[in-house]
Amino acid sequence: MISIREVEHVALLARLSLSEKEKEIFAEQLSTILDYINKLNELDTDGVEPLYHILPIYNIFREDEVKTGTSREDILANAPQVEEGQYKVPKII
Amino acid sequence: MELYELTLHELKDLLKKKEVSSKEVVKSFFSRIKKIDNKVKAFVTLCEEEALEKACECDQQQEYDGIAGIPYGLKDIICTRGVKTTCCSKILENFIPPYDATVARKLKEKKGILAGKLNMDEFAMGSSTENSAFFPTRNPWDLERVPGGSSGGSAAAVAAGEVPFALGTDTGGSIRQPASFCGVVGLKPTYGRVSRWGVVAFASSLDQVGVFSRDVRDCALVMNIVSGHDPMDSTSVDIEVPDYESFLTGNIKGLKVAYPREYFQQGVDEKIRETVKKALHKFEDLGAVVEEVTLPHSEYALPAYYLIAPAEASANLARYDGVRYGFRDFEADNVVQMFSKTRAAGFGDEVKRRIMLGTYALSSGYYDAYYLKALKVRRLISRDFNEVFKDFDVIVGPTTPTTAFKLGEQSDPLQLYMNDILTVPINMAGLPGISIPCGFVEGLPVGMQIIGRPFDEGTLLQAAYSYEQNTDYHTVKPVLGVE
Repeated sequence: MISIREVEHVALLARLSLSEKEKEIFAEQLSTILDYINKLNELDTDGVEPLYHILPIYNIFREDEVKTGTSREDILANAPQVEEGQYKVPKII
Repeated sequence: MELYELTLHELKDLLKKKEVSSKEVVKSFFSRIKKIDNKVKAFVTLCEEEALEKACECDQQQEYDGIAGIPYGLKDIICTRGVKTTCCSKILENFIPPYDATVARKLKEKKGILAGKLNMDEFAMGSSTENSAFFPTRNPWDLERVPGGSSGGSAAAVAAGEVPFALGTDTGGSIRQPASFCGVVGLKPTYGRVSRWGVVAFASSLDQVGVFSRDVRDCALVMNIVSGHDPMDSTSVDIEVPDYESFLTGNIKGLKVAYPREYFQQGVDEKIRETVKKALHKFEDLGAVVEEVTLPHSEYALPAYYLIAPAEASANLARYDGVRYGFRDFEADNVVQMFSKTRAAGFGDEVKRRIMLGTYALSSGYYDAYYLKALKVRRLISRDFNEVFKDFDVIVGPTTPTTAFKLGEQSDPLQLYMNDILTVPINMAGLPGISIPCGFVEGLPVGMQIIGRPFDEGTLLQAAYSYEQNTDYHTVKPVLGVE
């Protein structure tokens, strides 16, 4: 079972502000889903290497060359708040 | 016969022979959209004016080849320069990308014409397109039913003759399941075959872009264009792209076809099992060798998927914080509150649920028990497939456990996840899979899934084409009651 306190902790980590009602629903739904997921414990996976992705590739490197990217103007066009060519956010500290 | 009823290759041939103009083709599809999309609701954005302009350009240049002068649709997860790309989420409702995704650019360079952007479950999380923040899409075969998801708009638009082909994405079945529900062809290529650059990320080790079309030849034609290595996507692989059309020989004599026992068991509708078994007999009639095999870890693919995909999603979706793009809650007076309120108001329930699940699975104390465990199970699933592919060329089974269900019928999250039970294992192993029409149950389309070896989309298309050309399910069209 996932408790309301655990839901609150995870919601804080995920930066999601949840209503009291949502906390209750998620506690119940996440518990049901995790119960189902616990089926995985039927399998003995000792000594099995985890598979992160299927490609036989690791780090991909390229030359560090200067190229033309997207313009600052184009990128800032989607920002909710801009000032002097920068993103503007509420006070951090 | 109206132009909108034709396939991509039929349109291509007519354009080449100068029997029709691109403008006529584009107009035919837009008049079809105007007539029926208020019922099907496949599109979230239409680009009619630009499309007609592009068509006129094509007609002036008179260079028709491939997809030139032919309209298509893109799932609204694929970035299009200057055209809204929303992921059908409130958080990206007004997002206008400053660049094209590689797949969008490739289609544009071949002078294909973007008709519009297609509806989907928010951030590709869902199996019915009911999770779109805007409106649900309807299944053209029965407007009371869902088209599947998450690429439901793409599947419905192709099935209803609103576009001859479309692109979608598939993380756990999001191309194959809606293709099956809507009676069209849907291909999820091998992980790494098609660039994902500019495609909004859901679960990066599973996501792949693929094709919806009305027949297998069209699928091969589009795959020829979108496949290949892209320096902008380090997970796209530098393996030569063959001419997929060359695999459409119609000959599958001696092809070794496996059908997994686990895909024909309880939980899969009996009539669907019978329909696909009949299709397997057809493969035998065509000279293929068909045998039963076992994929013993099949039942563990779904629980492992629902750890891996949400875990990756929770990391990928961290970027929606109201700073650089998208929706922001302006009420907050500090930055953590701004992030939390922005995300609470911008994301829908299913997206929140998966972020919570993924964050939980990755959080301190649970990482080994959940995430790492799931990755180990993923290895076992992948090994099952490798074993079978030592002796067989393709694996065949049903795409979905049921036919299309009614809107609102499946409201429990876990019940909805079960729709992916036959498609998820393929993403876990990174394999290519195609769903093609193989019959009807009570008037609703049934899809057959053909799974291939990594980067062997060719054999997959070869098998699909032979079956298709010896049946006529792909030629049956839904009647929308507005004709």
